[in-house]
Amino acid sequence: MIGKRAAAGTVLPAGAVRATPRGRRTGVLRAWVRRHPAGAVAAVVLVAILLASGLAALVSPHDPYAQDYEALMHAPGGRYLLGTDYLGRDIFSRTLYGGRTSLLISIAAIAAGTAAGTLIGLVSGFYGGWFDGVVQRIVDVMMALPSIILALALMAVLGPRTENVILAIATIIVPSLARVVRGTVLQLRERQFVEAAKALGASDARVLSRHVLPNTIAPIIVVATNALSGAILIEASLGFLGLGTQLPVPSWGNMLSEEARRYFEQAPWMALPPGIVLSLTVLAVNFLGDALRDTLDPRLRRAHV
Amino acid sequence: MRQYLVRRLILGLAALFGLSLLAFGLIRIIPGDAVMAQLAESGNVSNLASARAQLGLDRPFFVQYVTWLGGVVRGDLGTSFWSKRPVMQDLLAALPVSVELAVFAMLLSMLLALPLGAASAARRGSGVDVGARLLSFGGLSVPHFWIATLVLLYGSIWFRWVPPLGYVSPRESVGQNLEQFIIPAAILGVHLSARSLRLVRSSLLEALQEDYIRTAWAKGLRGSRVLWGHALRNALIPILTILGSQFTYLLSGSVIIEDIFSLSGIGRYVVESITHRDYPAVQGAILFTGLVVVGVNLAIDLAYAWIDPRIRYQ
Repeated sequence: MIGKRAAAGTVLPAGAVRATPRGRRTGVLRAWVRRHPAGAVAAVVLVAILLASGLAALVSPHDPYAQDYEALMHAPGGRYLLGTDYLGRDIFSRTLYGGRTSLLISIAAIAAGTAAGTLIGLVSGFYGGWFDGVVQRIVDVMMALPSIILALALMAVLGPRTENVILAIATIIVPSLARVVRGTVLQLRERQFVEAAKALGASDARVLSRHVLPNTIAPIIVVATNALSGAILIEASLGFLGLGTQLPVPSWGNMLSEEARRYFEQAPWMALPPGIVLSLTVLAVNFLGDALRDTLDPRLRRAHV
Repeated sequence: MRQYLVRRLILGLAALFGLSLLAFGLIRIIPGDAVMAQLAESGNVSNLASARAQLGLDRPFFVQYVTWLGGVVRGDLGTSFWSKRPVMQDLLAALPVSVELAVFAMLLSMLLALPLGAASAARRGSGVDVGARLLSFGGLSVPHFWIATLVLLYGSIWFRWVPPLGYVSPRESVGQNLEQFIIPAAILGVHLSARSLRLVRSSLLEALQEDYIRTAWAKGLRGSRVLWGHALRNALIPILTILGSQFTYLLSGSVIIEDIFSLSGIGRYVVESITHRDYPAVQGAILFTGLVVVGVNLAIDLAYAWIDPRIRYQ
């Protein structure tokens, strides 16, 4: 986020008045990188993975669905960098395309879940009353179940389709966001600037969108980043159990599913690439999330030491 | 204290009521006969009309729910489509497997988290601290189902080791039972210790700031005694909280590990019921899990007062 801002500063037309000189902005970025070297490395790794899977169609050397019957379970090397699977499909290409599936699902789910959770939390915290009571009980119930069980149950009802994976993951992250936003709103509601806005005759919608919402952004970013690593893992777990994205469309999870596992002993190289990239991605998200929390939540900074 | 207990029980019952609605409503959200269509596809129900009657889908929602709830209160969760046994009986058979796995995993995770967490709190910024931090990030990020897959794969390639199929109770053979549980428990244990390690570290760091620690040092006590005797005891409360949530998580959340190592616990039961579209079993298992969660949370709350006499409930 910070990187994008700094870059935006550089494309301003000559002569335009800059709120902050470019030098200071890159200085802020540099200071952040120095304070959080792990976070910076994580950001770079994450961008690389996002680019590689986002541009899978351009980067991958083979068609991820093309079956080469001359080279079933071909060991890594030669024509196939990471080898081929039990149908002679290129594992490198499938890992790239799999990343596209897995990350697209996770990010879409986080976006939808964050939007819904934020809206529910805003209304619930701002108005209180019976709506709040009902929402909080529902949140209690949903949080009483392990998220994987909830996701499995939803998938069982909805059926294993890609849109449903997004829906299921979005649903399970709504409670944690709703709760955090509600807590923040409860505090903000009593603040003087909110009172002042109300006294000036601002409508509820205006108070919420212009005064309350901007102040909840920091905790939302922290919780959403945290939820992202969870979402990637849940998506992979569903694929692993054969209940997520269905083959032949590759995802990191289903490249490790029962159907593939049957061939692992004959072709152990099939087991490594999806797992390694998956771990690396989650690791990067976690490190970045840690650094962001450190930056955005000053109350935690002290306790973190 | 009694008042507190009553209030907690009422809240717990309210949560269970909500959960029963969720579990029950889940398979009925979809309009039309989508559920029936999926059932037919699964091929495990020969007579759709009788399945429909058994699920009560031919009656109004409210009547269905009250009938079901009436059974639940008497401990009757319905009959499984797949195993043709009462769901309750299946769940009670799966429970000991999940409990044993959970207890083993938690023991192993504490064996790792307590000394490492304490060492990194005592020597902040040292190599141990950095190493523990990396370990905990790794444990949080590397999916345990992938680790388990690799352990099975390379165990079989390098050592010709294959996990025993089917559950062996400790009454039959302690050795075989341990052989069955030790590897999955170790994988889960490392995964769990990622979180508990950081918690041990941070709550110890907090406890070490307290006045009574300064007093202990001033008395001339040895460092180990200050750390283990005075600080750790007071750091136990947050650790207990996480143990409680880990237990409830493991009970049904270790779905994949149970599946991979063919341990027929609660988690595996849920997955199998889902793949067989065995709706009475899915409903029952969700409610059962919720019951355990509510019960364990209550027990943990009560344990606080026992560990720290300063905590009073009203």
